[in-house]
Amino acid sequence: MARTIRIGNAQGFWGDSVDEPVRMLELGHVDYITMDYLAELTMSIMQRQKLKDPKRGYAYDFVQFIDRVLPTLMEKGTKVIANAGGVNPESCRDALLEVAKKHGVTGLKIGIVTGDDIMGRLDEFREKGEKLANMDTGEGLFDAERQIMSANVYMPTNGIVEALDQGAQIVVTGRGTDPGLVLGPIMHEFGWNTLDQMALGTVGGHILECGAQCTGGNFTRWQEVPDMTNIGYPICEVSEDGKMVITKHDGTGGLVTVDTVAEQLLYEMGDPENYITPDCVAQFSTIQLSREGKDRVLVSGVKGKDATPFYKVSISYLNGYKAIAALTVSGPDAYAKAQKCAEVLFGRLERAGCVYAEKNVEYLGTGVCHEGIVPTAEDAPEVVMRIGVKDPDKKKVNRFGMEIAPLVTAGPPGITGFAGGRPKASEIVAYWPALIKKELIDVKVDVVEV
Amino acid sequence: MKKIKLMDIAHARSGDKGDGSNVGLIAYTDAGYDIIREQVTADRVKQHYHKICLGSVDRYEMPNLKALNFILHDSLGGGGTESIKTDAQGKTHGMGILSMEVEVPDDFAG
Repeated sequence: MARTIRIGNAQGFWGDSVDEPVRMLELGHVDYITMDYLAELTMSIMQRQKLKDPKRGYAYDFVQFIDRVLPTLMEKGTKVIANAGGVNPESCRDALLEVAKKHGVTGLKIGIVTGDDIMGRLDEFREKGEKLANMDTGEGLFDAERQIMSANVYMPTNGIVEALDQGAQIVVTGRGTDPGLVLGPIMHEFGWNTLDQMALGTVGGHILECGAQCTGGNFTRWQEVPDMTNIGYPICEVSEDGKMVITKHDGTGGLVTVDTVAEQLLYEMGDPENYITPDCVAQFSTIQLSREGKDRVLVSGVKGKDATPFYKVSISYLNGYKAIAALTVSGPDAYAKAQKCAEVLFGRLERAGCVYAEKNVEYLGTGVCHEGIVPTAEDAPEVVMRIGVKDPDKKKVNRFGMEIAPLVTAGPPGITGFAGGRPKASEIVAYWPALIKKELIDVKVDVVEV
Repeated sequence: MKKIKLMDIAHARSGDKGDGSNVGLIAYTDAGYDIIREQVTADRVKQHYHKICLGSVDRYEMPNLKALNFILHDSLGGGGTESIKTDAQGKTHGMGILSMEVEVPDDFAG
């Protein structure tokens, strides 16, 4: 029989279940646990943390998880791959080394993969004539003054492979692709390197990258999902001969069917012919799914094409301020009273000289999410008003927050739900997707042993 | 012919793509896929989401999964981190398509 490995995902995003990594480790066998912590916004938050304290800027949750399970991890030999490094993988490793020391562990190898953080290289690229043009608008990054917060390249997966080849049991990366967390160990274990093999590994990674979203979470027929409380997170079972099965630990809740997996394949999908990663271009139009048994779905037929000559870069920059407030309006005439509140609120703000670049009022409970699809429920017994403003002027945005509470006493009757003080202006972190030539970027791998 | 809702023959999921969202619509059967492929056009989807999607709609066919994928451009009020809408990531757009009506033969069993 062909050799088989099991790769689990125990974290779909920063803020996902804190118990799941432990459950993934303890409820059954996996060879690898992968954890995805990074989103565009996360990178800018981490960059800000690092500015305040050069030892921060990574996902501290990950260090706490390792602290919680390190003895078990050592005993079982389970490997862990996480993009928890954020904008400071070195400090994340230092924190992990401290944890290892505390537990008295020896022989543990920890690898970091870096080279993605190009924040400090932007001037160099500008001088070299790189435009870093916005993929959506075509505008050059350097065409206007911008307060750039972070700039990270989506790195190829060979850095993870290299760290594993050097014997790392824990691999911490900065920005990489989410599917790379799964593709990496497959390439390391089986030496897969053809386009079709890398495309299959990428598809496996895409299915796993949002945790329970392929095991019954966010599933259309939610009524059919057993024991959602104890939902099992996904495991990608891969054999050296190219067989791939999506499953979960026995005894956990949730559901792995062709339907739950197909939904996740379509999640955040663009052109199915061209799922572009730094490693290859996977053709989602070739994927076949079939049932192999209870909570087991076979993935096959996947074709890949040559990778492009570019890496994608994710740049974040400050783009003004926003504030959001909410008030609960009871009946009778809840919707009409809420509309009156909005009229009064913006009338008072205009009187104070505050007109906003953008404003938005939603009457939650009347059919906001599916506006225009379902009729507006004008007779809703109560509604929650959700009001937001955006503007480059922070003072104006803060002035908005001061005008909410007076609506309770100087507006229509029966309004409540104002708590937690005046909503304050928060910075808007905007996102600038761009491409960069691959030859300008180097993957760096460093493995140390405790 | 009779009218049924897409939820009777298909399931769906959505997510964000920059300032747009994607809506994946997956038929349960081959017959169901034929129905959605013929009737759920980009124009109908644009009309269905006329209050939500302010841009154009792209449509991709994925017969291998009995699925259609739609990109709803300009539908998030600025996108994930910039939007002041409650659904800044298009998480709810997928459920929205399932109330669209399609025509099927009277004896259509799915």
